[in-house]
Amino acid sequence: MPFIIEVKDLTKRFGDFVAVNAIAFQVAEGEIFAFLGPNGAGKTTTIKMLTTLLEPSSGEILLNGSDPRQDPHAVRKSFGIVFQDPSLDDELTAWENMEFHGVLYKVPRELRRQRIQELLQFVELWERKDDLVKTFSGGMKRRLEVARGLLHHPRILFLDEPTLGLDPQTRNHVWNYIRKLSADEKVTVFFTTHYMEEADRVASRVAIIDHGSIVAQGTPQELKGQTNTASLEEAFLTLTGHALREEEAGSLDQLRLRRRVWTGRR
Amino acid sequence: MSAIYILWLRQLKRHFRSRARMLGSVAQPLLFLLALGFGFGPIYRKAGGGDYIQFLAPGVIAMGVLFTGIFSGIEIIWDKQFGFLKAILVAPVSRLHIMIGRTLGGATVASIQGAVVFLVAMIAGFRPRVGNLLPLAAVFVPLMALLITALGTAVASVLDDIQGFQLIMNFLVMPIFFLSSALFPLEGLPRGIAVAAALDPLTYGVDGLRGALVSSAHFGMLVDLSVLSAVTVVLLAVGGYLFSKIQI
Repeated sequence: MPFIIEVKDLTKRFGDFVAVNAIAFQVAEGEIFAFLGPNGAGKTTTIKMLTTLLEPSSGEILLNGSDPRQDPHAVRKSFGIVFQDPSLDDELTAWENMEFHGVLYKVPRELRRQRIQELLQFVELWERKDDLVKTFSGGMKRRLEVARGLLHHPRILFLDEPTLGLDPQTRNHVWNYIRKLSADEKVTVFFTTHYMEEADRVASRVAIIDHGSIVAQGTPQELKGQTNTASLEEAFLTLTGHALREEEAGSLDQLRLRRRVWTGRR
Repeated sequence: MSAIYILWLRQLKRHFRSRARMLGSVAQPLLFLLALGFGFGPIYRKAGGGDYIQFLAPGVIAMGVLFTGIFSGIEIIWDKQFGFLKAILVAPVSRLHIMIGRTLGGATVASIQGAVVFLVAMIAGFRPRVGNLLPLAAVFVPLMALLITALGTAVASVLDDIQGFQLIMNFLVMPIFFLSSALFPLEGLPRGIAVAAALDPLTYGVDGLRGALVSSAHFGMLVDLSVLSAVTVVLLAVGGYLFSKIQI
């Protein structure tokens, strides 16, 4: 089976801090792959490198056969993404946010209109389509982000904690849609989540990252077998320990920003 | 092309939806025209300069273009902070197109602001000289708008924090405005100020606008036009480059 995502020795340093340390993994085409880890483990940094937002310090990435550094445009054509943190335009309406995205991704007009209606109805925001996003609640914004990410059926779909802050009904709803999309159109799904039962149920394979290194990967079954545990949650805790994590990246990001403002460096 | 259009449209929608901005776009120039125009008017007349409002109006039009254009450009910082920029940057659209769409949108909004201030100035008593140079104002305003928005885009591409906004206001926008000869004539200046004014690109916009609307231009309109065009091309290139290097 051909791999659609191939990562070798991928490393990202911010100054002295190693956010991602020589990780390697492969994702097969059409697979649903879960990328799990505690807060600050390097999940989002990895996704940023895969999706051309951040330059790796070293290592290799091949996404759909292209290197994000050599040919970012080809890579960008091949994926869609739902970000962990908000990325909507608050000053536009729900419909305008969808339309904007559809135009950027060159979804033909007819298909675009049809899918926007379909997806807004799917996340139950159709009645609010002409309201500015800034009037939406957190959950509504999240649903809109998910709907937007599904608008242009890409080859690879990155979902960074897509179901964060959604109620169980909506979570199930969203996962059913994604699974169907994956099955029908052979879309590869690469997602992160803190809901282990979600990963257990949906993912065909799992990688667990901690302190920037991958500590285990395999099917949920294999990980449970490896750690002699009954659930993926227990396996996860056995592999990553019970200690609470600081959001290291958060405060470091802040510091970096300050320094950048004053020195103009990045 | 569709990407450039949709980014252009977004800038317009954002601008015209904000009531605070709409109100400010009329109130601020009105305040400048009334306070400075009538405040300094008598002294200016005594010094033999004539009607200060006539002199001031092109400067305040340039100010409107400057503030609106810069703001539109540095909205990129907001987009970074609120996450929207990520969504644009991962789209399969060349960053050059994104930058062009945004900058054209900002320049359009800033040009419209220039026209609004022109009308406000008319209400405050400004009377442009009617003649065949008048249409040149419609060249200088958009050119200035493009230059300023490109400058805002370039600066915002390297700043990541809303706190950078203060730096931009104090160390970029204010000096550009006050040294641009918007408020005072270029004739008979102390050497230091004259040099600073000559280095300020907005000076050539104000000067050109004065040439088109009220009197003869200090540098000559051909010089004004050439300098503005050259600086705009350079800033667009620099802005395009810096924007293409953004990492999040």
